[in-house]
Amino acid sequence: MAKVVLKLGDDISTDIIYPGRFMATVLPSETPQYAFADFPEFNARLKRGEIPPGSVVVAGKNFGCGSSREQAASTLKGHELVIVAKNFARIFLQNAINLGLKVVVCPEIEAEEGDELEILPDKIINRTSGKEFRVEALPAARQAIIDAGGLIPYTRQRLLQKAASRKKG
Amino acid sequence: MAMTMVEKILARATGRKEVKAGEVVEPAVSLAMSHENAALVINQFLEIYQGTGLKPKVWDPDKIAIIFDHRVPAESSKTATNQKKIREFVAAQKIKKFHDIRGDEGGICHQILPESGYVRPGTVVVGTDSHTTSHGALGAFSFGIGATEMASVWALGRALNVEVPKTIKVVATGRFGRYVLPKDFILYLIGKITAEGANFKVLEYHGPAVERMSTSGRLTVCNMSVEAGATSGIVPPDKETLRYLKEEAGVKDKVEVFGPDPEAEYDQVVEIDVSELEPMVACPHTVDNVKPVSKVGKVKVDQIVIGSCTNGRLDDLAVAAKILKGKKVARGVRMLVFPASFRIYQQALKLGYIADLVKAGAVVMNPGCGCCLGVHQGALGDGEVALSTTNRNFKGRMGNPKAEVYLCSPAVAAASAITGFITDPRKGGK
Repeated sequence: MAKVVLKLGDDISTDIIYPGRFMATVLPSETPQYAFADFPEFNARLKRGEIPPGSVVVAGKNFGCGSSREQAASTLKGHELVIVAKNFARIFLQNAINLGLKVVVCPEIEAEEGDELEILPDKIINRTSGKEFRVEALPAARQAIIDAGGLIPYTRQRLLQKAASRKKG
Repeated sequence: MAMTMVEKILARATGRKEVKAGEVVEPAVSLAMSHENAALVINQFLEIYQGTGLKPKVWDPDKIAIIFDHRVPAESSKTATNQKKIREFVAAQKIKKFHDIRGDEGGICHQILPESGYVRPGTVVVGTDSHTTSHGALGAFSFGIGATEMASVWALGRALNVEVPKTIKVVATGRFGRYVLPKDFILYLIGKITAEGANFKVLEYHGPAVERMSTSGRLTVCNMSVEAGATSGIVPPDKETLRYLKEEAGVKDKVEVFGPDPEAEYDQVVEIDVSELEPMVACPHTVDNVKPVSKVGKVKVDQIVIGSCTNGRLDDLAVAAKILKGKKVARGVRMLVFPASFRIYQQALKLGYIADLVKAGAVVMNPGCGCCLGVHQGALGDGEVALSTTNRNFKGRMGNPKAEVYLCSPAVAAASAITGFITDPRKGGK
């Protein structure tokens, strides 16, 4: 069971998730401090460690639109948040998968802050409202990256395969 | 099977006869661009090699471009140290397409790539910047990726996991009216199809109004295609593309061009008669909140910005200089100009545009991303309003979540600088 800690609307841009003025900070170990920096209360709760890993952010359509900044994914990954949205902007979705940030595409999701959600592979059950919502599966090739533990280990495997076949050839 | 422009490009880049929308492919990359976020790419790239026993070496140093533009000259010691690390990596890996902070060859990545002849039609271009969509103006399939994905490209030379996108065909007919520009066309389109209207899709531009459009205008249109969510914008290459590559980008070798198949299957077709458009304005805080300038009402502005990868090219500066020549920027309004590259800056100097703008009261800054993304120069005060030719008006975009940003063409921006209010350039300033 996971609690909804933040409810957002449509078109949440990466400027809202990780404001541009912090972009000189790039390392995944350093970006979590600026997550939702322009929501000072929520940011403060994150920094004080009041939001447990696995907590859920619920959003509408086009979450993560705008800039390709990967900090927007690493800053959320740093707090092990789970993002449930009606759909995601392309680059953000790709970055999230590459970094192992848990994202769930749930086109009809209805949930409020404080609701308890049960997230299953094919559906989300809102235990507070009692309603169920279907989950859209990620494309198979993206699942391969998730299964490898992210793009870095996935590329590492591919690189080693390439090196091995070169040796043989 | 008939293919769209991007399907054809991806078929070539994967060495196959055909690919179809929805398939996942791993195309070979012809050009991989980064800016200051190369610092993160380097970090992730080195991590890929950890424990492999292999020496970290990029797959092809000639296919990597790195351009400093987001924070130039460095605004902080942190940025300066990142830039230093990137320079060291560039030297060690023998990357030649590197544009440092220099008045002879520096500028914004999305201008440096085309003007340096790095982008070729029919190829796959990736960049760690969402506005990499710009290079579709030259007929490339060009899209933004994250830093870790770029690290993977540096290692393997392929973009892993690319879903062949569906394509929306946009047909632009008619002729643009006086002071109605390509920026107004793309703003209108984004307003019409919304900020997620082309998410995971490509916008392929056709029609006589696109054929008559200069490469500069096409760059504006493809640049902002991402604001409708598009993976890329693309203009099938034509005579104008070849002219630009030869005359402006100094390309001497033979350039191969091809267009989409006439029978290609499109997700949808959008037709726009540009002769019916008036100057457009995207109102706070989303790019698809677009209104004709006549419907915006009386909006007082504190800062005018002309420039960026969207509208910092020579024709943009020309129209601004024409409107502002002999006039004055209204008292209480700050006007900042960011040419897209130093080559453009020099051309604008020679043609007198810079003098016209400065005499009117504008501050001409060095080429770079400037205040567009709120990291460097030109931040807004609480409650202030900016009118800008850049590409995003999200809350906090210009460094202050308590400010507002409106987006427009250089003609609207220049006319509004004179009056201090959002103004229709066809009616003119005072």
